[in-house]
Amino acid sequence: QFGAEFRRFSLDRYKPGKFEDFYKLILHIHHIANLEVMIGYADVHGDLLPINNDDNFFKAVSSAHPLLRVFIQRQDEVDYSNFGTNTLSRKKKALVTLRNDNLRRRPHINISMPHDFRPVSSIIDVDILPETHRRVRLYRHGCEKPLGFYIRDGTSVRVTPHGLEKVPGIFISRMVPGGLAESTGLLAVNDEVLEVNGIEVAGKTLDQVTDMMIANSHNLIITVKPANQRNNIIRSSRMSGSSGQSTDSTASHHSLPTTHVLQNFHPDEMESDEEADIVIEGGLEPQHIPKLHSLTSSSLSRINGSSLSHRLQRDLVLNNSSGRESNGNIHKLLSSLKTDPRHSLVIPRGGIEEDGTVITL
Amino acid sequence: MRRFLRPGHDPVRERLKRDLFQFNKTVEHGFPHQPSALGYSPFLRLMAIGTRSGAIKLYGAPGVEFMGLHEENNTVMQIHFIPDQCQLVTLLDDNSLHLWSLKQHGGTSELREEHRFTLKGPPGSPPSATQVTAVLPHSSQEVLYLGTESGNIFVVELPSLAVLEDRTITPVAVLQRIPEDNCNRRSCEMVEALREHPKNPDQILIGYSRGLIVLWDLQNNKATHHFLGSQQLENLYWQRDGSKFISCHYDGSYTQWPVSSDNRQSEPLENTVPYGPFPCKAISKIYWQTTKNGLPYIIFQGGMPRASYGDRHSISVIHGSQQTAFDFTSRVIDFFIIFSSDPAAEFDDPSALVVLAEEELVVIDLKSSGWPAVHPPYLASLHCSAITCSHHVSNIPLKLWERIISAGSKQNIHYSSMPWPIDGGTNIAPDPPQRDLLLTGHEDGTVRFWDASGVCLHLLYKLSTVRVFLTDADPNDNMNTLGEDEWPPLRKVGTFDPYSDDPRLGIQKIYLCKYSGYLAVAGTAGQVLVMELNDEDAEHVVDHAEADLLQDQEGYRWKGHEKLKTRDGPVQFEAGFQPFVLVQCQPPAVVTSLALHSEWKLVAFGTSHGFGLFDHQQKQLVFVKCTLHPSDQLALEGPLSRVKSLKKSLRQSFRRIRRSRVSSRKRRGGGGNASEVQEANAKFDQDVLQEMELAPVQRKIEARSAEDSFTGFVRTLYFADTFLRDSSRHCPSLWAGTNGGTVYAFCLRVPPAERRMDEPVRAEQAKEIQLMHRAPVVGILVLDGRSTPLPEPLEVAHDLSKSPDMQGSHQLLVVSEEQFKVFTLPKVSSKLKLKLTALEGCRVRKVTVANFGSCKTDDYSENDLAVLTNLGDIQIISLPFLKLQIRYPCIRKEDVSGIASCVFTKYGQGFYLISPSEFERFSLSTKWLVEPRCIVDVPEVTSNNHVHKSGSENAARKS
Repeated sequence: QFGAEFRRFSLDRYKPGKFEDFYKLILHIHHIANLEVMIGYADVHGDLLPINNDDNFFKAVSSAHPLLRVFIQRQDEVDYSNFGTNTLSRKKKALVTLRNDNLRRRPHINISMPHDFRPVSSIIDVDILPETHRRVRLYRHGCEKPLGFYIRDGTSVRVTPHGLEKVPGIFISRMVPGGLAESTGLLAVNDEVLEVNGIEVAGKTLDQVTDMMIANSHNLIITVKPANQRNNIIRSSRMSGSSGQSTDSTASHHSLPTTHVLQNFHPDEMESDEEADIVIEGGLEPQHIPKLHSLTSSSLSRINGSSLSHRLQRDLVLNNSSGRESNGNIHKLLSSLKTDPRHSLVIPRGGIEEDGTVITL
Repeated sequence: MRRFLRPGHDPVRERLKRDLFQFNKTVEHGFPHQPSALGYSPFLRLMAIGTRSGAIKLYGAPGVEFMGLHEENNTVMQIHFIPDQCQLVTLLDDNSLHLWSLKQHGGTSELREEHRFTLKGPPGSPPSATQVTAVLPHSSQEVLYLGTESGNIFVVELPSLAVLEDRTITPVAVLQRIPEDNCNRRSCEMVEALREHPKNPDQILIGYSRGLIVLWDLQNNKATHHFLGSQQLENLYWQRDGSKFISCHYDGSYTQWPVSSDNRQSEPLENTVPYGPFPCKAISKIYWQTTKNGLPYIIFQGGMPRASYGDRHSISVIHGSQQTAFDFTSRVIDFFIIFSSDPAAEFDDPSALVVLAEEELVVIDLKSSGWPAVHPPYLASLHCSAITCSHHVSNIPLKLWERIISAGSKQNIHYSSMPWPIDGGTNIAPDPPQRDLLLTGHEDGTVRFWDASGVCLHLLYKLSTVRVFLTDADPNDNMNTLGEDEWPPLRKVGTFDPYSDDPRLGIQKIYLCKYSGYLAVAGTAGQVLVMELNDEDAEHVVDHAEADLLQDQEGYRWKGHEKLKTRDGPVQFEAGFQPFVLVQCQPPAVVTSLALHSEWKLVAFGTSHGFGLFDHQQKQLVFVKCTLHPSDQLALEGPLSRVKSLKKSLRQSFRRIRRSRVSSRKRRGGGGNASEVQEANAKFDQDVLQEMELAPVQRKIEARSAEDSFTGFVRTLYFADTFLRDSSRHCPSLWAGTNGGTVYAFCLRVPPAERRMDEPVRAEQAKEIQLMHRAPVVGILVLDGRSTPLPEPLEVAHDLSKSPDMQGSHQLLVVSEEQFKVFTLPKVSSKLKLKLTALEGCRVRKVTVANFGSCKTDDYSENDLAVLTNLGDIQIISLPFLKLQIRYPCIRKEDVSGIASCVFTKYGQGFYLISPSEFERFSLSTKWLVEPRCIVDVPEVTSNNHVHKSGSENAARKS
């Protein structure tokens, strides 16, 4: 019953009403009134987000352009960690651990960022990038891990007005096990690096790109063309409304228009989250440095946290209803997540095809 | 791109930028890298040098320089000036001929390539048929004779460079008139030399490689005389009157031949092997110069006894009983003699011998007794010992300039007083606006002082620091002292001596205070010398102190070189800069930064372990500061351990290769089934290929951390009188920046002058700034209340600078390899910054404050930062707002040593090494431009010359 079944229905965009009513409507339309289900929707970034209270229902409706894709899953089949993390975009920005509570019984759930967690990475600017590209932000100071990856020279094939052309490119050559880059699962070996913090790498040497990455290492934003194009975010809803339109992974790679860079990546914009230098007044001895160091990172993370919170609230919805994970758990979780990038692709149980879960109503 | 799209593009500023900045590479100083050919025009009195990279450089009177570059970048094999013309012909190793001319254009002469030409044989002929071996520009200025490997002599018209086919001199034609019994077709293979008769332009002497020499009559197209040498011919030379010529040979002999009108086949007058009787090497070129007193000068290259002196690069001069074999440290490329060029003169009367060796130019005065060398005004061998660092000081006060020159003149007593004999052309460049010194530190522990004011980089004075130390080599050991009856009579000439006795002596940092004459020099083994200029010779003890930079750190072991041993007791110093204090860092690692404050009499020095401050007035160490991170093992062990690891990795890679070869052989041997073996081989090859592909060049992306290697490496030191503690009181301060992005600031208390010797200098750490991006700090600068960089020590005292504004608030500029940051003072908070690496992927290699004046108005000038990046770009960045003004590509990014060697001057010029022996000079300023401007006029003599020529022609015809 939860296979690929589509329903299309309309709703007053400006008066969406209450979540409870919507929930009932859904159950009614799908003739599943006797089941407990979990409702989710695809936001503009292609992320699967839950609908379980009035607020996020309202948000969901207001963000529907022109259609709202609603996903319905049987309550007991729901893999909670899918929300905002894995399902579509493989997003793991926050270590989301949703408690397996019955969400429906708590209609007004507190949506906020868990302060125990630090962001380590995120996918950003999904709305302006071609679907074949991915822009990944790594927060170096969010964790103690090394960035942990290597880049190399290579050649890449571009589509030009004169046909296919081989051009030199920069690729990710190696991941350090346990490093930040690997643990995010957002970067993989042989991904082609297209931009570093908004600057195109085309025409730059390996050493130049290395220097740029290291110079930006505290807040590294890499735009890559993933070697594996199967995990790309599909934004078909914006295009036609027909369901399940898959992107051709071999689609031509158009060089990013610079205007995108300009709009979204004014370098000054990033200054805000850069940490200040440490100044010690008075005659301090060098042995104070280690102490100082720890002081830095915590103060830094605070800065990071506050300035990023708006973005985080936009990008991820966290259910933090019951208790916070201790640090130890985070690490455990991190290490369990880092294992295999494909892990995040795990298809929801029930043998549903990835595209099949997209139900356009 | 984005930068230009930003708003605030001010047209007024753009215009001003055009008046201030302009990039030019103006002149190359030093000695051309890999010279390959030499030419001289006695008519123009210009010398031409060709190089293996296809460059051609002309030199005349000091300041008269021209440069040309062959597009092909091929080796220049031969250079020949067209007689009595402003033209020359070059032969490249691709067998192409190029005609160059000096033409006047806009008030100066310019060297331009006019024509190029490659000799082509008939279809199907071997390439040797047209391979040019000898070039003779005829005195008629109308034709060139080209001798080839095939023995043909082609005639080429000037200036069109078109072959005159009917005038080709073929071996067949040559052999017609020669008896066949002792000559055959093979005798005429390969033309070795072509010489025009000095009196009769219708006769040319043709020397073939196998020994046959023919005198050819151009009018009648026939051989008039032939001479049969028994040895392989190397070269020919006519005597001035044309009655005799001389040939030199492969076996180290030379032969004199008479040319008489009656005898068509002559016997040699004299056959000599000057360094016989044992087998000798070839004499490749010879001159026979007549003098009034009758004794000729015989000057030849080579001919040394093969077994014992075959490795020498020598040129011998024989004049009567005097004989000297000048011994060069590098290969002799070519040489020429400057002699009386007046055709009416009866004798050659040679005045100078000019030798182009691979690494230097040596000119010998043949007029003065003892044949001393002449000090060249240009073409200095900068690399006579490898350059390890350089330092530029602009606008030297006249007093100091004169004292340096006087110290230098005392060193140059063994040079000839002869004026520079190559004096063609006129230097019309304006006098240099100021006196500039370029100081180069060398591997052998010397510092050379160059006059860098003008086009000619000229050595003023050479300072050696070796005397302070005990080294294995005895400085009194003189290689030149030879006994009376030494044979051959070798005499070492030239200054090129790349061998260093002890690499620890190498100079790494230099700082000269032009007002006080204090000089600080620091070297490879942690030695820091402070010197003072003394006009007299003196003998004194050098005070010696040790600075233990590891102080309280324990358990460290230095595996690098030992510190230098010092001489006990007084040391004799010649006039000039004389050291009075020696500080030796412990561990004796390379000194990586140095600063001297002549007003406070303090010297600061840093290594990879830390830095120290020394009071050279009281001769006391003020403090040391260890900058080492406890985990930095590499810095502690010294350079040797790194060498070892490199060796190890090399060894491992060799082993891997060997292993793969062994295993592949095994596989081949083992299999019975051929296809199986093949398959296995293919698989193996694939594996190997894969393995190779798996290890591409890759770079690790990792944020810098405090634990990285060499974070403690002190990159920059800076003295400033500024507001360090509070905004009401300024005080002397010392700033240090490290590789790990840390800046330390020390507050100094220097006693007032009257109690300077009584009270100690005190220092207290006031600040420590850790740049979060942790990039190496390469520059620190304090800007005063008017945002002007603080003046140099003593600059204000000498009324050469406005005193700094101590009313407004000061700012601190910290330049790291990755960004520029301005902080407020005394409370250090970030005010503004310019990121370089994050945006462009380039890193700062050198940074200096330079003053740029406007070319339009005299009253406007501004201070900016001149920056060289690791990509070889030069950028100018404004102060204090850190806006990129302009960017020029300057050095190839692959040219690491060029980038490392770059120095900027205070007025927007700079130097960098384009080869071990050459500095390229460039200018960023519209106002300060040092470039050659010169004119070469065709001398009046031309017409007389022609009259004379035609006269002699007539005479010859009559006879």
